Amino acid sequence: MKAAVIEKPRTAIKKASPIQKKSFIKRFNESKYLLLLFLPCFLYFVIFKYLPMFGIIISFKNYNLYKGILNSPWVGLKYYRMFFENPDSFNIIRNTILLGVYRLFWGFPAPIIFALVLNEVRNNTFKRVVQTISYLPHFISTVIIAGMVLQFTSPRNGFINVLLKNIGLQPINFMVLPQWFRTIYIGSGIWQDIGWSAIIYLAALTSINPELYEAATVDGANKWDKIWNVTLPGIAPTIITLFILNTGKVLDIGFEKVFLLYNPAIYRTADVISTYVYRIGLQNRNFSYATAINMSQSIVSLILVTSTNYLSKRLSETSLW
Amino acid sequence: MIKKGMIFTFLKVSFLLFICAITLYPFLHMIAVSFSANLPVMQGKVGLIPIGFNISAYKEVFQNKMLFTAYKNTIIYVVGRTLIGLLVTSCGAYALTKKHMLFHRFFSLMVVFTMFFSGGMIPTYLVMQKLNLIDTRWGVILINCVSVWYLLLMRTFFSSIPKDLEDSGKIDGLQDIGILWYIILPLSKAAIATIGLFYAVAMWNSFFNPFIYLNSPEKYPLQVILRQIVIANDMKAIEYAGEDAAAMPESIKYATIMVSTIPIILVYPFIQKYFVKGVMIGSVKG
Repeated sequence: MKAAVIEKPRTAIKKASPIQKKSFIKRFNESKYLLLLFLPCFLYFVIFKYLPMFGIIISFKNYNLYKGILNSPWVGLKYYRMFFENPDSFNIIRNTILLGVYRLFWGFPAPIIFALVLNEVRNNTFKRVVQTISYLPHFISTVIIAGMVLQFTSPRNGFINVLLKNIGLQPINFMVLPQWFRTIYIGSGIWQDIGWSAIIYLAALTSINPELYEAATVDGANKWDKIWNVTLPGIAPTIITLFILNTGKVLDIGFEKVFLLYNPAIYRTADVISTYVYRIGLQNRNFSYATAINMSQSIVSLILVTSTNYLSKRLSETSLW
Repeated sequence: MIKKGMIFTFLKVSFLLFICAITLYPFLHMIAVSFSANLPVMQGKVGLIPIGFNISAYKEVFQNKMLFTAYKNTIIYVVGRTLIGLLVTSCGAYALTKKHMLFHRFFSLMVVFTMFFSGGMIPTYLVMQKLNLIDTRWGVILINCVSVWYLLLMRTFFSSIPKDLEDSGKIDGLQDIGILWYIILPLSKAAIATIGLFYAVAMWNSFFNPFIYLNSPEKYPLQVILRQIVIANDMKAIEYAGEDAAAMPESIKYATIMVSTIPIILVYPFIQKYFVKGVMIGSVKG
């Protein structure tokens, strides 16, 4: 036993040694042009991604424009405490989580269902036409999507309310009623991305071995059996990978769409962390407090994606890293 | 059995037709309204066919000088960002395909980590302020000029090119930069076009960064002006001569939307297959 234990590291060192022999200078010389090629990329990430991370320290300081980041006084966790003790915070945290969870719950399966149905279509022309049409909204900007939503739901003459009137219902002033915001946000999101998000599943579907379907037919399986036992397991790794990615993004409710859609009348359900950070930070100029809020969100997101990844690794052997 | 199969077919075809209908209806409706007279629009009579056909809304839109400045700005930003983004991305992606590069692992981790963690809105703003990039065109172009996704996408593509080709270049005495320029890039035209389109569309549609980093209206891109026309109630910034902002007719709003979206809708059928390819390349390695 002992001998074996001692033996192992020795062989490891022997194997590793040829690489270690190459001196740093030699490796540098071999890759100097590659390093030169990577330099712009490196500078971009350092300046626009890693310097801001360094700037997070202002959330532990009382940031003052004139004193600068380094000379502003330390305040410890004051702003984090302030955020978690503020009664308004509960509301925006809840809104952010609910929007994220609903988006995952409704928005994640939608493109899978769409892809499965499209996969059952045998007529290629029809399939291609449907697909091309379904991608279209993905390329429209958030500003226009929000503008369309606001116009279409307008109680004066938006077509949704015209439709409601025509079937004998009362028009609804959607954008001032807090209870409608989540439905509108999630619904328009699905509308915009169902076709586009389905592409990756359609790609996975084409890689399923057709022999599996033949074998299933021989075994007497009907259409549903085949979808359930061949198709779904076939695209399961793709589904899991995307599920991990999307779970990591649950709290990542983008600023743009909420900001463009909401108004003070519906802050109760519409205000989320990123819009709150914008108002506290860039409108009220309370940089330290806003950064502390943002940081709390980033940490939770990081924990979420790491733990989903860990769970998925344990349960299904599919993981991002 | 035949009956059961027909129900299945009927269900799937109607589901797909329904998706197509709700996707297309809003666009066709906006086109119809933008060509209609005001009264039928206010009465909610216009569906898919214009009533009281006229082009006055478009005439008015084309007289709006702000919109043209914004159009010009958007084109500057799109061209700038796409060129810089492609240059930096392709050089960086090529370097990342070479595992023997010094610090290769460190650089890869450094790039990927930014997908999961970022400094956030305010620290980024402070960095931009320190660099004097607030309210400059360079700021808007540089802030997001490299996307981690597209960098990894391009790396995946480059590493699928057979290594023998590079070796033959090396024998002819090419260094890494020469190999990238004379061998890799000419072979990757499709990937470069795809990622260039990704960058261009993302910049065309971007609102958040120009909105928070620009202060002078003469530098605003299309999306920021569009928000003012279509969404914001405060219309003072917009010069619709003599028009009461609150009563701006739908036809003008929709005409503005159409004018700013038509470039994308027109090129979209030709470019969408490249986009699909892009997603596929990325999906191979997850």
